[in-house]
Amino acid sequence: MILQVEGVGKQFGGLQALSDVTFDLPEGQILGLIGPNGAGKTTLFNCINGVYSPTTGRVVFRGEEVTGSKTYAMAHRGLARTHQIVRPLNELSVRENVTVGACFGREGHGLHKANEIADEIMAFVGLAERADQLAGSLNVGQKKRLEMARALAARPYLLLLDEVLAGLNPSEIAHMVSIVRRIRDERGITIIMIEHVMHAVMNVSDRIFVLDYGKQIAEGTPEEVANNPKVIEAYLGDPELAERLMSE
Amino acid sequence: MSGWRKYTGLIVTLLIVLLLTFWPLITGKDITRETIFTILLSVALASSLNILLGYTGYVSFGHVVFFGLGGYVGFYLLSVQGWSLWIAMLAGGAASAILAFLLGKAILRLRGGYFALATIGVNEAMRAFINNFEPFGGPVGMTLNFQVYRDYGGPAQALWLSFYMLAALTIIVVIISYSVRMSKFGLGLLAIREDEDAAEVMGVIAPNVKTWAYVLSAIIPGILGVIFFFKNGNIEPAPAFRLHFSIEMIVMVMLGGQGTVLGPVLGGMGYQSLRGYLLTSPLFKNIQLAVAGALLLIIVLFVPAGVVGWLRQRFPALRRVLQ
Repeated sequence: MILQVEGVGKQFGGLQALSDVTFDLPEGQILGLIGPNGAGKTTLFNCINGVYSPTTGRVVFRGEEVTGSKTYAMAHRGLARTHQIVRPLNELSVRENVTVGACFGREGHGLHKANEIADEIMAFVGLAERADQLAGSLNVGQKKRLEMARALAARPYLLLLDEVLAGLNPSEIAHMVSIVRRIRDERGITIIMIEHVMHAVMNVSDRIFVLDYGKQIAEGTPEEVANNPKVIEAYLGDPELAERLMSE
Repeated sequence: MSGWRKYTGLIVTLLIVLLLTFWPLITGKDITRETIFTILLSVALASSLNILLGYTGYVSFGHVVFFGLGGYVGFYLLSVQGWSLWIAMLAGGAASAILAFLLGKAILRLRGGYFALATIGVNEAMRAFINNFEPFGGPVGMTLNFQVYRDYGGPAQALWLSFYMLAALTIIVVIISYSVRMSKFGLGLLAIREDEDAAEVMGVIAPNVKTWAYVLSAIIPGILGVIFFFKNGNIEPAPAFRLHFSIEMIVMVMLGGQGTVLGPVLGGMGYQSLRGYLLTSPLFKNIQLAVAGALLLIIVLFVPAGVVGWLRQRFPALRRVLQ
């Protein structure tokens, strides 16, 4: 198991954002994390990568307990993530952004080697021709790819993708999905992805995990989850509503 | 890029500093030397501050505290303990570095305006402390016995010596500034400036990196303080911890272009030339600080990147030359 999340909960004042979330993630899997807005998906990411310290439970990464570690410590252990709201280093070039990932990530390369890695990664995600442009001048789709490139440049074991498809047009989505698949297939990186674009996440994930109001309501293969009444209710409201409307 | 072309940005900056240095040597006039002394001092202080302000994005309003503390420690060793100038300079730099390290651990966790406020508080607290610290002469300060200058070839020679050492330090600061900008450490600083949380997620150990940037930006001002007050012959709390000197340093960095190597050099030169003109003009001589304030306002509002930043944006071809 590359990641074990055991009974993780997070409370913000009176708000229970996450309660008793438990799952194991074997190496090489793509796990889709879905749920309505405000279900606690990003909070779960934040608890795993150290932005927040969980109120209860523990997180085990590659066999070592890492509950409440700092974000940079998690980066050094081989965990990388992207942000739902992109956070490019605006006044730095695209190449410099990606180089930061390679310099300070798991392998901690020197500048020279990091630049080579950055060139390779930029070509992989399709940003090579933008290398010398300032990151702030990219469009949304390119910024999403930049987030991905920075995370990949760290050569992580586990990659957390937070809505990398949001705001992209259909052709960009197809491109991004193929990148996600290649990251796992060619680089052997385990992935957890938060996603609202259902056909994409159902298509690419080995397993789906569903959160609603901070609780896990379903887990299984994409087919199992898609037919789970609880999931349908969380997303569509009353599961019988559709049938009743049809029969009227 | 290969050979010296890779270092064009550094060479251009160093040439400017060298030109300044050689000017009084060629003319041989004391008045030129004094003017250039003031300019080089500003250039070196602004370049030091730039490591924190320009690269790391932390505004320190109280940076003069390192100049003052270094000056006091060095001056004390020189005048009271009778140590040599060289050791006094090292001690001044070390004292400032230690203060910066401790402060870094304490106040660098603050962000934005809160950090800036804390630095003002530190400077005022230090001034109040020195004011009441008898070994350093309290409010009266200390005066150097003229005998001390004899070891350095007499008072006239000591003035030239101070000038040479300032010039050497300015060159060292520029080289440090350039090396930091081009290093992995510097890339970490820039990442923190752009987005500290994102930088940490990527693995930059921000608390450590920030502290070292702070220490690095404090050492040279500490040494400069020793040279300045050695040349001055006396030291008092008020001139050593002048808050508005800190603000002038910020103006210089912003004017030239924060986050660039050349920027603080041009900014220090430009600001001191302007100040020299204002001080001698009958119209402005009483309100020269108001002009500095207005200048800062104009830069922040209209040219936040400073002269060098603006040129780099406007003429991408110049980017290799202007760093």
